[in-house]
Amino acid sequence: MLLITCPFCGQRPEIEFAYGGEAHIARAADPRATSDEAWTEYLYVRGNARGLHAERWRHIRGCGRFFNALRDTVTDHFVATYKMGEARPDRTEGKQP
Amino acid sequence: MSEAFRLPDGGRVDRAQPLSFTFDGRRYGGLAGDTIASALLANGVHLVGRSFKYHRPRGIVSAGAEEPNALVGVGRDEAHYTPNLVATQISLYDGLSAVSQNRSPSLERDAGSINDRLWRFFPAGFYYKTFMWPRRAWTRVFEPRIRAMAGLGRAPKAPDAARYAQRYAHCDVLVIGAGPAGLASALAAAEAGARVIICDEQSELGGSLLAETEARIDGLAAQDWLAATLARLGAFDRVTVLPRTIAFGYFPHNMVGLAQDLTGYQGEPDDAAPRGRLWQVRAKQVVIAAGAIERPLVFPDNDRPGIMLADSARIYVERYAVKPGRRAVIFTAHDEAYRAALALHRAGVEIAAIADLRGAPEGAWIDAARAAGLPVRPATTISGTDGQLRVSAAHLAPIADGKVGRAERIECDLVLMSGGFTPSVHLFSQSRGKLRFDPALEAFVPGAPAEASLMAGASAGAQTLEATLATGYDAGDQAAGVSGTAQVRHFAVEAAPLSRGGFLGAVPHGRDPASVRAFVDFQNDVTAKDIKLALAEGFRSIEHVKRYTTTGMATDQGKTSNMNALGIVSETLGRPIPEIGTTTFRMPYTPVPFGYFAGYARGELFEPVRETPIHGWAAERGAVFEDVGQWKRARYFPEPGEDMRAAVARECRAVREAVGIFDASTLGKIEIVGPDAAEFLNRLYVNAWTKLKPGRLRYGVLLREDGFIVDDGVVGRIAEDRFHVTTTTGGAPRVLATMEDYLQTEWPDLNVWLTSTTEQWAVIAVQGPKARDVLAPLVEGADISAASMPHMSVAECRVAGVPARLFRVSFTGELGFEVNVPAEYGRAVWETIFAAGQPHGVVPYGTETMHVLRAEKGYIIVGQETDGTATPEDVGLGWAIGKAKPDFVGKRALARAGMAAQDDRKQLVGVLTEEPGFVLEEGAHLVADPAQKPPMTMLGHVTSSYWSAKLNRSIALAMVRSGRDRLGETLHVPLADRTVRVTLTEPVFYDPEGSRLDG
Ligand SMILES: [Zn+2]
Repeated sequence: MLLITCPFCGQRPEIEFAYGGEAHIARAADPRATSDEAWTEYLYVRGNARGLHAERWRHIRGCGRFFNALRDTVTDHFVATYKMGEARPDRTEGKQP
Repeated sequence: MSEAFRLPDGGRVDRAQPLSFTFDGRRYGGLAGDTIASALLANGVHLVGRSFKYHRPRGIVSAGAEEPNALVGVGRDEAHYTPNLVATQISLYDGLSAVSQNRSPSLERDAGSINDRLWRFFPAGFYYKTFMWPRRAWTRVFEPRIRAMAGLGRAPKAPDAARYAQRYAHCDVLVIGAGPAGLASALAAAEAGARVIICDEQSELGGSLLAETEARIDGLAAQDWLAATLARLGAFDRVTVLPRTIAFGYFPHNMVGLAQDLTGYQGEPDDAAPRGRLWQVRAKQVVIAAGAIERPLVFPDNDRPGIMLADSARIYVERYAVKPGRRAVIFTAHDEAYRAALALHRAGVEIAAIADLRGAPEGAWIDAARAAGLPVRPATTISGTDGQLRVSAAHLAPIADGKVGRAERIECDLVLMSGGFTPSVHLFSQSRGKLRFDPALEAFVPGAPAEASLMAGASAGAQTLEATLATGYDAGDQAAGVSGTAQVRHFAVEAAPLSRGGFLGAVPHGRDPASVRAFVDFQNDVTAKDIKLALAEGFRSIEHVKRYTTTGMATDQGKTSNMNALGIVSETLGRPIPEIGTTTFRMPYTPVPFGYFAGYARGELFEPVRETPIHGWAAERGAVFEDVGQWKRARYFPEPGEDMRAAVARECRAVREAVGIFDASTLGKIEIVGPDAAEFLNRLYVNAWTKLKPGRLRYGVLLREDGFIVDDGVVGRIAEDRFHVTTTTGGAPRVLATMEDYLQTEWPDLNVWLTSTTEQWAVIAVQGPKARDVLAPLVEGADISAASMPHMSVAECRVAGVPARLFRVSFTGELGFEVNVPAEYGRAVWETIFAAGQPHGVVPYGTETMHVLRAEKGYIIVGQETDGTATPEDVGLGWAIGKAKPDFVGKRALARAGMAAQDDRKQLVGVLTEEPGFVLEEGAHLVADPAQKPPMTMLGHVTSSYWSAKLNRSIALAMVRSGRDRLGETLHVPLADRTVRVTLTEPVFYDPEGSRLDG
């Protein structure tokens, strides 16, 4: 079970969280102005990164807040968690245990 | 003492506590401190099971968790019976009843042993190869036979009477294994101030020290040092010591699963006390001190009862005071077997020969054996053994210039083997730590860890007791986080000299390889020949060889077999072992009974049950309930003598002609409040909300961004800034999560609060032409006349004296109200309304009637008519879309190609069978040409189908391709035994004008 640091509550076990898919995929401000291709991309295309992956989590059985996390998909190590609206931290490597 | 093979003194067994037990119905004696295995050996019993595939007689091979053969079923009755327990791990208790497995009728005379004579027909990949024979052969001949013959223990026939507990724990340092390395680790960590949990799979802590009779540590005999160390650890409040506790799984972020056996499978006189406890331990640091496991040698017929691992035999002598036999042949490639030979010799076992695979073994151990007069034969192999239910002789053959010479037959009742030791890296590998091949040790040892873990002792490759203690203490010290500050602790150890050697793979035997069986994996009956066959058939990856031959895939996880299998692959392919690599170690390290994982979640506690405030009333009334998610909902209320159809017909009639009362409390409810509440709903739902006036209701439809319906429900505007949103019964958590998602991540600019109120409101639907007459006298603070309270309006008022939100809404097509009152008052208000309804003929109705009534009106149920691929237009809800809105969730997707009505989409229609009495099955398909050969062209499927008492015929709803254009067409529904003709109609079967909504 992963140990996840909620930016609002601190470290909590994974069972308190809900996974929310890849992060930083913004809904277009005016979807009408978006091409079919761009909208399809928004709906269905995801990075599936091997390595650092920015993803959304929600502390659903805690404070209820959404936040973003940078997780290494190979090791499952979290490099950072950060609040919605903040930029993806400038990191290229996972941390060692 | 009845045990003929028990030594007169020594060992850790208590001769003052004799015990009695049965094995396969026969009574034996044992001593406190025995395991089932040691007690059987004390009675001269080696034969304990039949093998998985060939039903070969098998004996006790080891003294620990690695045991592949000695699996037994234990328990006084079916409710306490546990199969597949490892006899070397279960402590003996008085009255224990154990039975052998996978044999019929008895261990000695087993009908399945015919497989042994047919062994040539069961090669590697046997199961896969049978798939290529005619299907009939598999289903009629092989599968039933294999199911009857292969396998381990049987499942108990009664529910488990035992209880299991579960707990979470946190610590600074978790030490896995309480041998010398683990104890030194725990000591170091505890002395440094850390909170420590130390667990060990055995009932006694000490690991290898329990069988250590020669070494001295810090001036104390090893077992005295053990006692002193345990006492010292026990004195720390911050140390938790868990014997009989297996660390079975290493999960991410240093979560380790422990299975603690609390009773040792004793008689459990008190079933209320737990038998076992599952621990989920989150540790800052984990020290793995899991020891090492001795390898068998792979030689022909190496699986007869009486053939054991050498160090295990020594453990039986030193720890359990048991002689495993009278006359032993030792076969080894490692010095440690000489230590075993000397121990057995001292105990009075005749050593007939020590056959050493090595050309010129030398060193202190060999010298000691020779000095004791033991016959050492260098450069010697075993080319075969004799004996049926017990080994009776070994054939020793010299090896010269790589050739195996003539064998000499030596009689014996015990063969001890040692191919060296494999560090136990299972848990480290489970944690995704990288393994590294150590050529000197000829073993995989831990490399870079993936978690905050440290390895210590023999599992890290330490070979002497001194190194084991030192690496253990160092690991404990580091784990406690005080590295560099604490003093380096030195243990003064006087111990036996370093032992060396080892062998991987199959030994040379000089016989026709096609005619011999040398077992690599005892539990899954895999031979060296099977592995070579897999390689000959083209398998190269060790993972494929493993799956094809099943080597290492039994419940023992290949603890004794994996490295030898790897050695055979390496030799056959001519590639070094590091190039071949290892297979992945998976949890559990040893089998864990299901009860540990189920824990408290059984019976009524298996899943939460959600009951509405009115549940008790319905139960007292004799309602039949159905499960809707976790909710219990009243399905119908049968009167005496009524079946469901009769009850539903009566309930429907009451609603259509008088009035019915229905518990709708399970509806999801969300309160949306704030200055931007209307804007929030505008962006989310397809409907337009801005112009909805306080006091009015609107039917809302919610899509996903891909344009498909995900939920629906009636929304009431209570005030300018306050909405009462209802969702489907199952959809409330999902809808609230979606709302929170958009609010927090896409539109944080909106000032809105969301609150789940599902369980705060009880909802009582009063439906039917008399609904207003029933309610009006109970309502205060609102005028519910048709003029002042039209359809789709809401009033805040009192009903039966209780504050209420009164909805005028209908899911039946009749005049209707839904009374929302605080849940605590739900039953009282229900009873008041029910009493007030008596003069009007009020009838309680359930979900089945609700379904029929709504289907007669063509009202959809999300999840029944829709399946995640339906747009609002598809199900006739295009009218709900606020066309002028620039955007809402799903709007952009609706504009994509293929989403428009003319795109041959499945659309909602009504279906009437030609035979009015025939009720279609939901899910049935509709086709245009019933004569078409399968696969037929499916035009659509039936989504809802009921008997309508009101219409005196069956009705159905269906989703059909371009269904709106096919109204009036005749289609066909092919069923198993016949084809039914149907006509497509409008989906509204009753009161299409909607005139009854006003009563
Ligand atoms: Zn939180």
